[in-house]
Amino acid sequence: MMFMPKIIGFVCNWSLPVGVDIASSSSIHGYPKIRIVRVMCIGIIDPSIVLETFAKGADGVLVIGCHPPDCHYIEGNLQAERKIKMLKKLISRTGLEPARLRLDWAYASEIERFTKIISDFRNQVTALGQSPLAGERPDTDILMNIKAAKAATEDFRLRLLVGREIELTEKKNMFGEKMSQGEFDKMIDIAIETVYLRNKIYLFVKNGPLSIRELSKRLNLDPRVVLHHMVVMKQEGLVAVSEVKGTTPLYSALGEARC
Amino acid sequence: MLKKIGAVLVVGGGVAGVQTSLDLAESGFKVYLLDETSSIGGVMAQLDKTFPTNDCSMCILAPKLVGAGRHPNIQLITNAEIKKLQGEAGNFEVTVAKKSGYVNEEKCTGCGICAQKCPIEVIDEYNEGLGVRKAIYLKYPQAVPLVYTIDRERCIGCGTCREVCKADAIEIGSEKETVILNVGSIVLAPGFDEFDPNLKSEYGYGRFSNVLSSIEFERILNASGPYGGIILRPSDGEIPRKIAFIQCVGSRDAKIGNNYCSSTCCMYAIKEAVIAKEHNPQLQCTIFFIDARAYGKEFDAYYDRAEGEYDVRFVRSRVSRIEERPSSSNLIAKYVNDKGPVNEEFDLVVLSVGMNPPKHAEDLARVLGIELNEYDFCSTQTFSPLETSKPGIYVCGAFSSPKNIQESVAQASGAAAKVAGLISQEKGTLTTVKEYPPEREVSDEAPRIGVFVCRCGINIGGVINVPEVVEYVRTLPDVVYAEENLYTCSQDAQKRILETIEEHNLNRVVVASCTPRTHEPLFRETVRDARLNIYLFEMANIRDQCSWVHMHEPQKATEKAKDLVRATIAKARLLKPLPKPLINVTPVGLVIGGGLSGMTAALDLAKQGFEVHLVEREKELGGNLRHIHYILGSEDPQQRLTSTIKEISENEKIHVYLNTELVDVTGYVGNFRTTLNCNGERKEIEHGIAIVATGAHENKPTEYLYGVDERVVTQRELEEKLAKGDFEARTVVMIQCVGSRNDERPNCSRICCAQAIKNALKIKEVSPKTDVYILYKDIRTYGFKEDFYREAANKGVLFIRYDNENKPKVTQENGNLNVLVWEPVIETSIPIEPDLLVLSVATIPNPDNKRMAQMLKVPLTEDGFFLEAHVKLRPVDFATEGIFLCGLAHSPMFVEESISQACGAAGRAMTILSKETLEVEGAIASIDENLCVGCGLCVSLCPYRAIEKDEKGTARVIDVLCKGCGTCGASCPKRAIMIRYFTDEQILAQGLAALGRTPHD
Repeated sequence: MMFMPKIIGFVCNWSLPVGVDIASSSSIHGYPKIRIVRVMCIGIIDPSIVLETFAKGADGVLVIGCHPPDCHYIEGNLQAERKIKMLKKLISRTGLEPARLRLDWAYASEIERFTKIISDFRNQVTALGQSPLAGERPDTDILMNIKAAKAATEDFRLRLLVGREIELTEKKNMFGEKMSQGEFDKMIDIAIETVYLRNKIYLFVKNGPLSIRELSKRLNLDPRVVLHHMVVMKQEGLVAVSEVKGTTPLYSALGEARC
Repeated sequence: MLKKIGAVLVVGGGVAGVQTSLDLAESGFKVYLLDETSSIGGVMAQLDKTFPTNDCSMCILAPKLVGAGRHPNIQLITNAEIKKLQGEAGNFEVTVAKKSGYVNEEKCTGCGICAQKCPIEVIDEYNEGLGVRKAIYLKYPQAVPLVYTIDRERCIGCGTCREVCKADAIEIGSEKETVILNVGSIVLAPGFDEFDPNLKSEYGYGRFSNVLSSIEFERILNASGPYGGIILRPSDGEIPRKIAFIQCVGSRDAKIGNNYCSSTCCMYAIKEAVIAKEHNPQLQCTIFFIDARAYGKEFDAYYDRAEGEYDVRFVRSRVSRIEERPSSSNLIAKYVNDKGPVNEEFDLVVLSVGMNPPKHAEDLARVLGIELNEYDFCSTQTFSPLETSKPGIYVCGAFSSPKNIQESVAQASGAAAKVAGLISQEKGTLTTVKEYPPEREVSDEAPRIGVFVCRCGINIGGVINVPEVVEYVRTLPDVVYAEENLYTCSQDAQKRILETIEEHNLNRVVVASCTPRTHEPLFRETVRDARLNIYLFEMANIRDQCSWVHMHEPQKATEKAKDLVRATIAKARLLKPLPKPLINVTPVGLVIGGGLSGMTAALDLAKQGFEVHLVEREKELGGNLRHIHYILGSEDPQQRLTSTIKEISENEKIHVYLNTELVDVTGYVGNFRTTLNCNGERKEIEHGIAIVATGAHENKPTEYLYGVDERVVTQRELEEKLAKGDFEARTVVMIQCVGSRNDERPNCSRICCAQAIKNALKIKEVSPKTDVYILYKDIRTYGFKEDFYREAANKGVLFIRYDNENKPKVTQENGNLNVLVWEPVIETSIPIEPDLLVLSVATIPNPDNKRMAQMLKVPLTEDGFFLEAHVKLRPVDFATEGIFLCGLAHSPMFVEESISQACGAAGRAMTILSKETLEVEGAIASIDENLCVGCGLCVSLCPYRAIEKDEKGTARVIDVLCKGCGTCGASCPKRAIMIRYFTDEQILAQGLAALGRTPHD
């Protein structure tokens, strides 16, 4: 039997052609298997929801909002754009293909465009095949990574930076200056990497005490980098040395806090 | 001439700059303390422990920092640098550029919410790059001033700090401001920079993760450091088992141009090895060194302990190269020992990096117009070690030569004395004395307690249910008022407290907030403004002890906060107003000893207008200086001696007593009375302070045929010969450490290595053909004296090492002197037949020290030198207030060091003599004379000698000396001693209340 990807579409109320919500749920020709979740504006889509959707087996997630610069809510679509960009960077670190997530624009009147977006994306996802997180035996490594990524999207620091991206790069910062997009991207890439890795480390040590070397093996990461993150996590009270085996300190997670 | 100004600019907020500032401010001068970073503290704030006492560095430094930060006459100017200087000694105009930290210093409470929420992580310089901080930050938790700073280079301007700051302290003004300061004098204390170990590429620093600099290792050792006090390897987080320390990285190295010795690295490496062993006794520490330069007071004892007790291994060899084993990131040290080349594997390598002059030394010198020496340190002269080349500008600490903390601190006080000598008439003209309203009499009133509970932004309020605590407090006995504050320490909260005290007629005040260490003085001042005695105030620390340590258990933290506040209130109910009486100060100094140190101290005091009695037991002034005929790199010491004696005799303020001894000393700080025996005649003098400058002696050796063969002389005797021109010898052998560094006298005499080299160079000058051999244990020509060691070696002086197992053997054969010395490199004994054998003998304490110590009630070291109050931070003070020490009475030292210390003692003394009255602490011991039976236990227990027996045999507290530690009270067999503000009744009530009980249950 041909692979039929399960795709979740988060679609803005003002992009959604009339009748599509009904059509999409049937198997009428031209409409693939896509379940549309209507929202008033895609600005509402919390990055953690997207990751949870993938964690629970979606083969693809499609987000469709109004064409910029139009937005029924001034700039919700643009804010969503920054979040999706960040999400793609995060997802690319997890082992899941970032191409399973797409953001596109459409007006409610553009039924053809809308249909094309959906079918293109379906083709793209079909080509990628079933999500490693779907089916009977989801890939546990990737699942753990997605969990770390999800925790990262719940991190104060990352959410703050994404939320301020437009302000900082297109308007003025506290000092009345503008940051170039390149500078901002460099900065947020470091933040994404940092927050993601720390959450991953946290998830690992939550399952039992681990050494820097062991973590380095599991994360396939330079032990110096692992130690650096551990130092900060210790400072923040997230982890502690729980025992020392010979010359090897083992770290455990403290409490339920996140990085 | 321009009018002199009673203000001083101190450049550099390290321990030296802070000490100078405190001494000057205490003596009536307005001080501007400038630092290029966001807070004061300098390198000492980064250190874990200090040698040779292993004191916690921050613990001993923090009170000084807080003292400077709070002093009404010290203004901190941070993030600042000097741009321009005009004027002359006594009246300078300094242009200072101050970078904005974008935080209002008045409004910031230091709560730290901004940094918690700041999204930008930055590598943390304070932790030497091993940890992170935020783009808005405090340099370290105890930083003074306690004001956050925005790191403009890293800040993205997202504005989160401004959003979350509840004190509204973030202010985006201009980037820089220019400040013009009018000052009478300037003290330079910019310290040093660490040598960059990247320049020694053979050691792989920067390439191999497990090669660290000593300052990085210092942070690793520290419990509040990046690794939380567990020593870890940066490569993999493993605990190292074998650590190598490599000495002289960036010192004594002609290849990189740092020919000098950095003076401190031997000792700090030994300290780091010892502390590392204390962390992990299984650890093996090896120190690779050239000469072990443990030259300071009690340093050799420390070195011996490291080797004997702590099993630190010392290898006398220069490591030529470090290589990394890629599989394990272990390091291979390549070096040569007696057997040949060795490759030894270590888990971690620490490079003992030397001291460089401060990065901006050249700029600073150019702007100020001062001279630097060939290594870019500040240029000074032997007889004026605290003076720069420009009148009115003084220098202290590592900027003039690499030196340790104790010497920096002594110099700092010395620089303060120099400044005071220049602008003494302007004392008190620019300082402010705060006036308080008269105190309200509350003794007859029932307690009416007001309680202020601080939220500290979210520091306390985010964990503890503050409203619940306030509600609870209102139910407690005698509490008539309670409220919460966002920040109880903010300016507006002070106003509220003051008004509330008046409005509710409060007579006791309790603040539940942070630590009294930093905040008690502020609240005390507020209650004092509200006409209450300061001892009617108490504090509960619900931040450190509740919300911080029990962050994850808010309910329990809240309950504990209630317990603590209840207990504090229980004490507050029993608080009584206490007097702080004033005692008069006799503005006269007594200097004991008329050698170089004593004369220097006397002159420095006299230049400030104080009368000085200078007592010398010999028939003339000069002491040991009379025997010094030349000094390495200096002017003629005898000329200098003559001019100094002349200066003393011409100074009306100085009364010289020759052939005079002390007979008796009574009294206490500000009010001493001393009986002198002048040529058999008794004389009584009154004085406010005393400076001990009684010098030391050259030991007369009993070995190596000294006294038996007249060709065996001491260095001093050789110097006399050379000076008189009756030196003649073809071969000279010098033996170092005669009577030093042995079982009898374990410590180094410090000056003999340079003395030997000085005489050797003089011999080479007057008789180039003479062969000179120096037999030594370690050559300890620290600092710039290293240059003369190199010069001597270049001029053909032969240096042969020996150790205690292979001491040279001196015999007389056929009328010839024969010295047999074991040559370790070629492993044979070689005979030398010198015409002259010169012994570098020990400097021994003055035999009269014991008697003097008893009379002054001050302690001696085991060696018999005088023992200062604190090795590091009170190097010229005694624990007994008002008595100071300097020069050879302290320990063996060079001329310039004696002068620095003498000025330092004068600087410390002036902090007392400058005051008309001294204020007595209120929280001190008091003895019930009806209960006292005169057993004398308290007299002997008191660490400050603050208790004496009166005529009736009853113990009596000398209030001005008592520090309120309470040891006497807890020990008194009759329980006759009460410590005010911490009475047994108050302590017990507080303890029981914490349990939910009362003494009456």
